Amino acid sequence: MLHFSRLKTTAILLTIAVGFLFALPNVLPPSALAYLPSWLASSRVTLGLDLQGGSHILLEVDGSALRKERTEQVRDEIRRVLRDQKIGYSNLALRDTSVSLRLRDPADTQKAVAELRKLAAPVTNALFGNSSGEMDLLVSSGSDGAVTVQLSEAGLNARMRSAVEQSIEIIRRRIDQLGTVEPNIQRQGLDRILVQVPGLQDPQRLKNLLGQTAKLSFRMVDQSMSPQQALEGRPPPESEVLQGQDGQPYLVEKQVRVSGEDLVDAQPGFDQNTREPIVSFRFNNNGARRFAATTQDAVGRPFAIVLDNQVISAPVIREPILGGSGQISGAFTVQQANDLAILLRAGALPAPLKVVEERTVGPSLGADSIHAGKVAAYVATALVAVFMVAVYGLFGLFALVALAVHIVLMFSLQSVLGATLTMPGIAGVVLTIGMAVDSNVVIFERMRDEAREGRSAISAIDKGFVNALGTILDANVTSLATAVILFLMGGSGPVRGFAVTYILGLLTTMFTAYTLTRLMIAYWVKWRRPAKLPI
Amino acid sequence: MPLIDYIPAQTNIHFMRLRHWTFPFSAALSIIAVVLFATYGFNLGIDFRGGTLIEAQTSQQAADIGALREHLTDLDVGDVQIQEFGSPRDVLIRVGAFGATDEAQQAIITKVRDVLGAEYTVRRVETVGPSVSGELVRQSILALVLGAVAVLAYLWFRFEWQFAVGAIVTTMHDIFVTLMIYSAFGIDFDLTSIAAILTIMGYSLNDTVVVYDRIREMLRRYKKLPLPELLDIAVNATFSRTIIVSTTTFFATLALYFFGGEVLRGFSLAMTVGVVIGTYSTIFVAAPILIHLGLRSSTVAGPAKSEPEAVLGVDEAAKLSEVEAEVAEQPVAPVPPKTAGKGSKGGKRPPARPAKA
Repeated sequence: MLHFSRLKTTAILLTIAVGFLFALPNVLPPSALAYLPSWLASSRVTLGLDLQGGSHILLEVDGSALRKERTEQVRDEIRRVLRDQKIGYSNLALRDTSVSLRLRDPADTQKAVAELRKLAAPVTNALFGNSSGEMDLLVSSGSDGAVTVQLSEAGLNARMRSAVEQSIEIIRRRIDQLGTVEPNIQRQGLDRILVQVPGLQDPQRLKNLLGQTAKLSFRMVDQSMSPQQALEGRPPPESEVLQGQDGQPYLVEKQVRVSGEDLVDAQPGFDQNTREPIVSFRFNNNGARRFAATTQDAVGRPFAIVLDNQVISAPVIREPILGGSGQISGAFTVQQANDLAILLRAGALPAPLKVVEERTVGPSLGADSIHAGKVAAYVATALVAVFMVAVYGLFGLFALVALAVHIVLMFSLQSVLGATLTMPGIAGVVLTIGMAVDSNVVIFERMRDEAREGRSAISAIDKGFVNALGTILDANVTSLATAVILFLMGGSGPVRGFAVTYILGLLTTMFTAYTLTRLMIAYWVKWRRPAKLPI
Repeated sequence: MPLIDYIPAQTNIHFMRLRHWTFPFSAALSIIAVVLFATYGFNLGIDFRGGTLIEAQTSQQAADIGALREHLTDLDVGDVQIQEFGSPRDVLIRVGAFGATDEAQQAIITKVRDVLGAEYTVRRVETVGPSVSGELVRQSILALVLGAVAVLAYLWFRFEWQFAVGAIVTTMHDIFVTLMIYSAFGIDFDLTSIAAILTIMGYSLNDTVVVYDRIREMLRRYKKLPLPELLDIAVNATFSRTIIVSTTTFFATLALYFFGGEVLRGFSLAMTVGVVIGTYSTIFVAAPILIHLGLRSSTVAGPAKSEPEAVLGVDEAAKLSEVEAEVAEQPVAPVPPKTAGKGSKGGKRPPARPAKA
C-alpha cells in the first residue's frame, strides 16, 4: 500500500489543493473577496442563527379558526341560497364542521338538497392540480326535513394547504418590508411555517408583524342600543360587541361594507391638522364604489374601522367619501402606523398564526459563542498536537499535518455544500479534532504490532495500512450511522448542524488517514529507507 | 523518534480476571443510575417540557438576582427560575410551561422583557410550545431507538450475534452512566443532550468495534486458545490505541468544557464523562462479557483472515506457551527481520518452526 502512481499522487494533492481553495474565502477579509470570481467568493460557511444572531420562529396556522370560519361561511351561503329559492327553514345550527337545519315543509327536501349541492366544489389535488373526485361539501337529508351539510376532510385539508401557501406569500411580503437580509421561509408539515430571519435587532417587532392576521373591515356602528346594554342583555342578531383599541366596547354590525382585500395601497403619514401619525389608504374600483355608496347612505352616522376584531377607530361620516381613499387615525405611534401600513399592504393572512417555537439569539451572544468555539478549537488542537508528537515523534507530525488538512477540508466541504455551522456544530468540529487522529493511531499501532511480530520496518508500515483498513471502516461506520440518524432527526435546528460537522469530520479523517498520511509516509520511506520503525 | 515513550508499547494485563471486580462495579453503577432516574429524574429543558428561557446580560457590574427574582415572582407567570449563567453579569431565566398555551407563552416573554427593562440586554430567547415539545420528545426517543437498531443491525451483519449483544450491552451501560451524570448534576436535558448521547453511543461503539475486530481476528487464528486468554491478548494488543485515542478525545472534550462557552457546558461535561466511561467499558465490559455470552472460536465462521500464515509476537508466543500443546499445530513464527521488503504483498512466506518460549 506504499506505492503511489504519479497520477494518484497528483490526484490526492489536487483534491487537497481544491479543498484549500474552497476554504480560503472563509479567512479572507471581505475586501479581498471582491477580487475573487463569484463562484469562489460565495464559498463561505453559512453561520447558523445561534452564531450570527437572529430569529427562528415556527408558526402554526390555526386550523380550528380556519374550520370555524369556513363553516360559518358555508352557513351564510346556505342561508342565502334558501332565501333566494324561498325555501322555509328553522333551527339553522353549526356543529363543529357541519351545518344542520330543518325545513318547514319536508316536501321541499329534494329541491333544497339539489340547490345546496350546487354550493359544493370538487377538491383539487395540490400535487397534480387535477380533481380527486371528492367534493368539499357533503349534503345529506333525513326523513322529516332535516338537512345536514358536512364539510369534507379532503376539502378542509385542501383549504389548509392553500392557507399555508398564502400565508407564506404574505409573510414574505411583510418581512421584505422590514428591509432585512434574506429571510428563509418554508413550509413544515401540513400546517406549519418556519421563518428564519438573521441579524434582526428587534425580534419582538417581527413577531408582532407575523402574529397579526391583519383582517381589516369597514362596518357600520349599530346605534339601536348602547354597547353596555348589548353586553348586559342580548345584542341584535346582526351585530356584535367588539373591543376598541381605546378599551371601549363598540356595538358593530356584522356585515362588512368594505374589506381590506379591496385596498390597493396603504402608507404611513401624519394628519395635516393634528400632526398625529396616521395611515392613509386607497381602494380599488370595487372598494371605492362600495365605500362611496356606504358613506352616502350614512352621513352623520359613525362607522367602525375594525382590524382583527378590534375597533381601531369609529369616526362619524361627515360627508360622502367618493374618491376611494381615506385615512385611519387611532392614536398610533410612528412605528405602529408604519407597521399597520406594512400589514395592510401585504394583505391579510387567511387564518391566524400562532408562534409555537421561537429561538432568538442576539448578535453579541453569537459573537461570544464563535469566540469561545475558536478558543476551544485552538486549545484542543494544541493539546492533541503536543500529545501526538510526544507519543509518535515524526509520524505524530505526519498525523498532525493530516489533522490540519482534515480541518481545512471540513470547512471547504461545509462551504461548498452550503451547510450551516451552528454552536453544537462547533462542538462537533472540536470533537473531531480529538477523534481525527483515531484512524492514524489505529494504523500506527498496527505498524507497531506488525514490527513486533518481526516484520521489517517497511513491511510493517505497509501491513499496518493494509490491516487497519477493515478496523477503521467498521469503527467509523457505526459512528456514521448514529450521526446520520441525528442528521435525519435533527430537524432544522442547531443539532442538525452538529450532525453535519460530525459526518463531514468522520469522512475527511478517513480520507486524510488513507491518502495524505500514507502518501507522506510512503515518500518518507522512499527517502530514508528506514531499517527500524520510528514509532 | 518519539520524545517520550511513557505509554507502554506492550502491556500484559490480566483484564479478564478483573471482571470479577468490574462487573459488579458496572452493575452497581447501572443500578444507581436507575435509582437516580426514578427518584431525581431529569431536569428536562424547555425542548421537552415546553416553556420559555431568556438569557440576559446586565449593563452593571453584576446582576442583582435577588431583586430580579422578586420582580419576576410578582408577575405570577408560574414557575420561574433564575440563575447566574457563566459570569456574574449574565442571568438565565426559565419560566415553566404548566400547560400554558402558545399565546400565553408569548405574553410571558413580553412581561419578562418589561421587568428586565433597559438595564438588561436580552441575548437569547427560546420558547417551545406544548405541541412542539411533545413532538420533540417523540422524535428524540425515535432517534435513540433507531440509532440503537441501526448499530445493532450493522454489528449483527458484520460480526456474530454475541458481539452485537455485547456491544449493545456496553453501549447501554455507557448511556446509563452518562444519563446518571445528567440526573445527578441536574444538567438541562434538551436536544443537545440527545446529540451528546448519540455521539457517545457512536464513540463507545467505535472504541468497542476496534477491540472486537481484533478479537475476531484472533479467534480465527487461534482456534484452540481459551477465550479469556485470547481476550486478554486482544485487549492488550489494542490497549495503547484505546488509551491514545481516548486521551486525544478527552483533550477535545475538556477544551470544550473549559473554553467552549456556557451554552455547551452541559454537553461537554456529558461528552467528557462519556469518553472516560466508554473507554472503561470497552476494556472491562465489552470484552469480558463475551465469555458469558458463550462465544466460542468455532462460532466465528469465515476464512482465517486473508493471509494464510499466522505470525505471533514474542509476548503473544510467551503467553501461548502455557497452552503450547494445543497450538503446536499452528505455524507460529517470528519472521526474521528484513526478509520481507516492500514486495511482501501477496508473497507467501515459508512456514517456520513453532515458537519456543
